[in-house]
Amino acid sequence: MKNSAMIYDSAKRKHPAIEEFLALIRYRDLIYQLVRRDIVARYKRSVLGIAWTMLNPLGTMLIMVVVFSQVFQTAKNYPAYVLSGVIVWTMFSQSTSMAMSSMVWGSQLFHQIYVPRTSFVVSTILASMVNFVLSFIPLGLIFLITGVPLRPSALLLPVFMVFLFSFSLGVALLLSTLAVFFPDIADFYPVLLTAWMYLSPIIMPLDFYRKILNGLLLYINPFYYIINLFRILVLDGFVPHLQTWGATAFVSFGVLIIGWVFFCSKADKFAYHV
Amino acid sequence: MSESIINQPHNETAILLENISIRYRLPSESIRTFKEYMIRKVQGRIKHNSFLALNKINLEIKQGEIFGILGRNGAGKSTLLKVISKVLIPTEGRVLTRGYLSPLLQLGAGFHTELTGIENIFLNGTLLGRSQNEIKEKLDEIIAFAEIGNFIEAPLRTYSSGMQARLGFAVASAWQPDILILDEVLAVGDLAFQEKCFERMAVFRNSGATVLMVSHSIDRLRSMCQRAMWLEHGEIQKIGAADDVCDTYSAALQN
Repeated sequence: MKNSAMIYDSAKRKHPAIEEFLALIRYRDLIYQLVRRDIVARYKRSVLGIAWTMLNPLGTMLIMVVVFSQVFQTAKNYPAYVLSGVIVWTMFSQSTSMAMSSMVWGSQLFHQIYVPRTSFVVSTILASMVNFVLSFIPLGLIFLITGVPLRPSALLLPVFMVFLFSFSLGVALLLSTLAVFFPDIADFYPVLLTAWMYLSPIIMPLDFYRKILNGLLLYINPFYYIINLFRILVLDGFVPHLQTWGATAFVSFGVLIIGWVFFCSKADKFAYHV
Repeated sequence: MSESIINQPHNETAILLENISIRYRLPSESIRTFKEYMIRKVQGRIKHNSFLALNKINLEIKQGEIFGILGRNGAGKSTLLKVISKVLIPTEGRVLTRGYLSPLLQLGAGFHTELTGIENIFLNGTLLGRSQNEIKEKLDEIIAFAEIGNFIEAPLRTYSSGMQARLGFAVASAWQPDILILDEVLAVGDLAFQEKCFERMAVFRNSGATVLMVSHSIDRLRSMCQRAMWLEHGEIQKIGAADDVCDTYSAALQN
């Protein structure tokens, strides 16, 4: 019996959140395959292929610059400001929406075979991270054209990406759990996203938000801590205080832990839900 | 590897079910939206009817045994297989399985039509819990067994349904399992391919795999299984030697 060490005993399971984490590590090759499938399948049948990842945020930025450059004339480096906001927001909003629909696809599979329940959400967010990295190309292009210098602080971007990944994954896990039980969450989420986008400093300058309630609107918005760190690193070009790092880390890891535990505590019920 | 097994009930037990119950909670009126749920929650109007798909099932299957499950539609056969293959976590009770379990229930799970045959082999194989290295080792064998030929580099949408089913079976059965779970819907491909499937399963059986099979065909169970169980309304009606159980079941069907 070559495989007799593989024992499944429902009476000896660890805490669901830990059990799920260990299962995900065992299934790491599956995650790789799912990420690959997401990327390959998305671009295989489109003519411009992977170029869309770069053209989409560029197009959005161009519209925003044309529409708003007269309104926010004072804003410095407005095109670079908008584009840096748009690519981070696009990564977050798209990955969380897609994670939800991947659970709809996955829930059919959950009735058929065992796979770690978080696999589909994790792989969707990872695939979006790949797209996010690709969107650095148009961002660099706009930096070059508008004469914004790129400083060494940009080397800290990998740390930022860990935060962005954790935050998006946490939100995606919360949403997907709710979406399994209440499919109308998928209809409601785009509305929430639109509101959230206008409440975050993506398109409108930061000063605009600082004036509202002494900046309270910013501080209660978890996404502010994400976008703020990104802009400091690439746009402002300095290494922020430890306080800024700490706030972003606290928000993103906090959301991840809440999302993970919530998802795992409900995951046993997914296959029951018909 | 038996020295690695500690604190287990019996060393030769392949599958153990203790007091397994599966209770589905069906909302009395189906609530499909979050809005409705919140309104009803506030009003305190959420009632649940429960439905017992399995009721206190006790079962022990030894290594190397060929065990059959009989029962009408809706008796709980598929639910039982889901519990054993880890898809459903039981509401109550304990399930234990020992060894690599191959559920030949849903062939080609997660196949993607835009990906090529090879890409789908890797996707499907990792979904079944195999590593990429294990799949690489078996790749040629899988392709040869599925009889896909040159199509293996083409997207899956160009495959006939028979080719997809053959590929699914080839991946799912590529590794020698310790426990083989068979649903009767294993009529894959044409007669010649079915012959190959049965041959492969015979090899698994002969090398000591435990087989758990579900079938409507009483004759097939009688000829293949040593022991059997008759399931009705989620409860065990009779369990014992395959011949006895088959006789009782067919007598019950006559009435």
